[in-house]
Amino acid sequence: MIVRILGEGQYDVADDALARLNSIDNDLGAAVESGDEAAFAAALTALHDGVRAAGTAHAPDSLDESDVILPPSGASIDEVRELLGDDGLIPG
Amino acid sequence: MSMWQRISLIFRSKANKALDRAEDPRETLDYSYQRQLDLLAQVRRGVADVATSRKRVELQINQLQVQSDKLQGQAEQAITVQREDLAREALTRKSGLTSQITDLKTQQAQLQGEEEKLTLAQQRLSAKVEAFRTRKETIKATYTAAEAQSKINEAMSGIGEEMGDVGMAIQRAEDKTAQMQARASAIDELIASGALDDMTQIGGHDDISRELEAMSSQSDVESELARLKSAQHGGAIEGSSSAGALGSGTSGQPMQAGAEETPVQQPEEGRA
Repeated sequence: MIVRILGEGQYDVADDALARLNSIDNDLGAAVESGDEAAFAAALTALHDGVRAAGTAHAPDSLDESDVILPPSGASIDEVRELLGDDGLIPG
Repeated sequence: MSMWQRISLIFRSKANKALDRAEDPRETLDYSYQRQLDLLAQVRRGVADVATSRKRVELQINQLQVQSDKLQGQAEQAITVQREDLAREALTRKSGLTSQITDLKTQQAQLQGEEEKLTLAQQRLSAKVEAFRTRKETIKATYTAAEAQSKINEAMSGIGEEMGDVGMAIQRAEDKTAQMQARASAIDELIASGALDDMTQIGGHDDISRELEAMSSQSDVESELARLKSAQHGGAIEGSSSAGALGSGTSGQPMQAGAEETPVQQPEEGRA
C-alpha cells in the first residue's frame, strides 16, 4: 500500500503493518472528533513514525497515486478539519 | 471511513478538480505539464524567499549579539572600577537582549526547517515532473485521442497529488515566513530607531559608557598625575644626590603641580 505523508512524500508500506497503523488511525480520528489536541498530536506522531518504520520510500519518479494520505507533521486539528472540508463531517 | 481514507478522498478530488481538462485529452497533458513547470518555479521562489528571511534573522542575531557582548564588557569594566550599580544596569540590559536573541534563534531554526522541507519538495516534484514529461511524450506518440484517456488519467492523478502536496507546502512556508517577517520588521525598526543603540552605542553616547569613560578619564588623570609626581620626585632625588639642600626645597613642587592638575579634572566630571 502506498501512504503519503503530506510534506514528506510517499512510502510503500507492507500489508502486515496495516492492522496496527489502522488502529492508530482510529485514535487519530477519535481525537479529531473530540478536539483533543494532545491525543491528536500523539496519534499523528505515532502514525508517522509507524509509516516511516514499516515503509520504504516510494520511487520518486513514479506517477502512482497514494492509497491513503496523512496530514503533515506538526499539523493541528484545525488544519486537518480544513483538509476534510470546513466541518470535517464527510459522509462515508 | 477511516481518517486517512477520508483525507485521501478529499485531497484527491480537490487535486483532480484543479486540473482542467481540454477537449483533446492529449492537450490536457501539455497544459498540465505547463502547470507543473509553473509550480516548480513557484517552489524555487519559495525556497529563495524562506532563505532570504532566514538570512535576515541571522543578521539580526549578529547585531544583537554584538550589543550584548558590549554590555558584558561594560559590566566587567564597571566591576573593576567597583561600580556594581553600573554593572547591574549593563547586565539587566544584556538579559533583555539575550531573550530576544533566543527568540530569534528559534525563528532561525524554524525557517531553516521550512527551507529544507521546501527544498526536498522541490526535488520530489522535479522527479515527478520529469517522469510526467516522458510519459506524456509516450502517450502522445502511441495512443489516439480516444485511447489516451485512461492513460492520461493515470498520469494526471499521480502528478496531481504531488502538486497538491507541494502547493500546500509552499502555502505553509509562506504563512510561517510572513509571521516571522512581521516580527523581524519590528526588530529592524527597533534597531533603526536607535532604542538599542542608545544603550550601547560606540563612542560613549549611552549613560553606562559615559560614566565608565568619565571614571576612566578621571583615573587616567590620577595616574598621569601620579606619574608626573613620581617623575618630579625622581628628578628631585637625582638632583638631591648632588645638592642635598635643594631636596627639601623642591619637594613642594609636585604638590603644586597636583593642585594645578585638579581643575583640569573638573570639566571631565562636568561632562559626565
